[in-house]
Amino acid sequence: MSLLDFIVLFSSILGIAVYGTWRTRHRDNLKAYLKGDERQGWATIGLSVMATQASAITFMSTPGQGYEDGLGFVQFYFGVPLALVIIAAVFLPMYRRFNVYTAYEFLGRRFDGKTRLLGAGLFLLQRGLAAGITIYAPAIILSRMLNWPLNLTIVLAGVVAIVYTTAGGSQAVSLTQKYQMGVIFAGMGIALIILLIKLPATLPQALTVAGAFNKLHAVDFSTDLRQRYTLWSGLLGGLFLQLSYFGTDQSQVQRYLTGSSLRESRLGLMFNALCKIPMQFTILLLGVLVFVFYQFEPQPVVFNQTAWHAALQHDASGRMQKLDQQFRVLHAQKEHWLNAWLQAKREGDPAAARNARAQAEAINQESEAVRASATDALKTVSPLTAGKDSDYVFITFVLEQLPHGIIGLLIAAFFGAALSSKAAELNALASTTTIDFYQHLLKTEATGAHYVAASKWFTIFWGLVALAFALFASFADNLIQAINIIGSLFYGVVLGLFLVAFFLRRVGGTAVFWAALVAQVVVLGFHFFGNVSYLWYNLIGCAVCVVLSLCLQALLGFEPLPASPPAETSVPAGKAGSAE
Amino acid sequence: MSPARGGEPASKRPRPQTPAELTDQVTGLPGLKTWPRVYAVIVVSFLIWVALLYLLGKVFP
Repeated sequence: MSLLDFIVLFSSILGIAVYGTWRTRHRDNLKAYLKGDERQGWATIGLSVMATQASAITFMSTPGQGYEDGLGFVQFYFGVPLALVIIAAVFLPMYRRFNVYTAYEFLGRRFDGKTRLLGAGLFLLQRGLAAGITIYAPAIILSRMLNWPLNLTIVLAGVVAIVYTTAGGSQAVSLTQKYQMGVIFAGMGIALIILLIKLPATLPQALTVAGAFNKLHAVDFSTDLRQRYTLWSGLLGGLFLQLSYFGTDQSQVQRYLTGSSLRESRLGLMFNALCKIPMQFTILLLGVLVFVFYQFEPQPVVFNQTAWHAALQHDASGRMQKLDQQFRVLHAQKEHWLNAWLQAKREGDPAAARNARAQAEAINQESEAVRASATDALKTVSPLTAGKDSDYVFITFVLEQLPHGIIGLLIAAFFGAALSSKAAELNALASTTTIDFYQHLLKTEATGAHYVAASKWFTIFWGLVALAFALFASFADNLIQAINIIGSLFYGVVLGLFLVAFFLRRVGGTAVFWAALVAQVVVLGFHFFGNVSYLWYNLIGCAVCVVLSLCLQALLGFEPLPASPPAETSVPAGKAGSAE
Repeated sequence: MSPARGGEPASKRPRPQTPAELTDQVTGLPGLKTWPRVYAVIVVSFLIWVALLYLLGKVFP
């Protein structure tokens, strides 16, 4: 990175953070601090919801996933459009009608205090675990780019988010997310354009090469439950995951509760329903095109070159050097046969084309085996090597192939993405802790200013917890899958709680509470002893919770349907009226 | 929510819909005046995307 890159990086990241903090200063009103005074329009909400989900992991790890496995991961998002439609139609009106600060407050109104605490507790557990990983991802970037110790970069990456989230609350989060998304779209768009320009083949030729190496198989109709990403796991299992994530995870619920009206919140969700799949497809395609690029350009045997060069110093047997040399030879041969294949296609010689393609595919298998051996060798020499190599693919391309200035913009995009989702997470963790635990259990009578102060302290607390966890996240495999596996362990059960709340009006708190606990044990059992894709955990957890709650309620005797719609909740106690 | 159901006590009775809530039922989008129409557009666009993605793998095998 050059001086220009650092100027672009720090001015954009710190500029957005400082601006957001300054604009949202003096937020002593609890409603303003936690719900942004409910003044946001659909565009801000739409970008906020998008920014909350699309963390640095999305922009760093997903292109790497495209590089390694092709477009198949797009199926993971197939549940998003329908999930958002259901949330807009059913969940959102309920939350607004009840005027809740947290999704779990709604559970308390519908059922009882213990069910509310269970829902909130599962959220804190799940999001608290994930928060550490989402700090870890951008820290890898800094660590690689600046050659700083990883732990130091973890601490620095977390502190910026903690500061402006604590200072400005929900509105600071929404405001900064809007500008961070602008930086992200600009950076990724420019990267895609430059990649297309640098590709040593036309786009149709590049897609032909990608297809030959099975990178364009986006839709898989397989019904094998062990297959991680298929149309069915994405549509059914993914639907439940996305329904739970967008509908019951406070980090998302808090974003659209800031809407100035139900209409604005709904439109913000519909914006995401329309754009999510195209956006993820584009990011994966970026990774696929990076794969094609490196078939014709020199490629490192291992993309984590910082760790590779450090480990070479300790490679007494010389195995790593040999693998590196072997890979270079194979890569050159593959490049030769790929060029021969494309030439034969242009000349209309199918026999030569078939032969050249077969040669290229055979050599590719050999070179992939060498890459796998090299990764193993690296981990043998340096066991603490962070993450999967595919996490370093896109950042390697950015640092080595993009012009100065644009590098800074892309790194700023990665950081912007990390900070935007981190801030939303911290804001949600603090809100839930304050409203569902602190105010509900410990301090029921206090002023709004007191709860705002409590929220700030809880923001700092959770920020420090996330930092501490990130320091131990080095052993997580592919980051984006780790995040989603953790989510899937708990999301299904939480969704079950909400589905019972919305649709099974004759089931009460005791039945659903115990059903949820049993369902959680079942999901954990599948994870540790079963052999199904993690996307199915959501469906399993939700189904067990719903069905078991019905059975338990049948034993207890069904409750009569309420005569009138449930009443509204009050705002949290503490004189948090309009004056606050 | 009645206390007999075990729900936390609410401090207000159900309130009638405000004018703002009535206007929430209108989307304000040209050509898509109702929310069911908006949802239908979302579902259709999703199906189109799935079809295009499937075709991409078939065109470049």
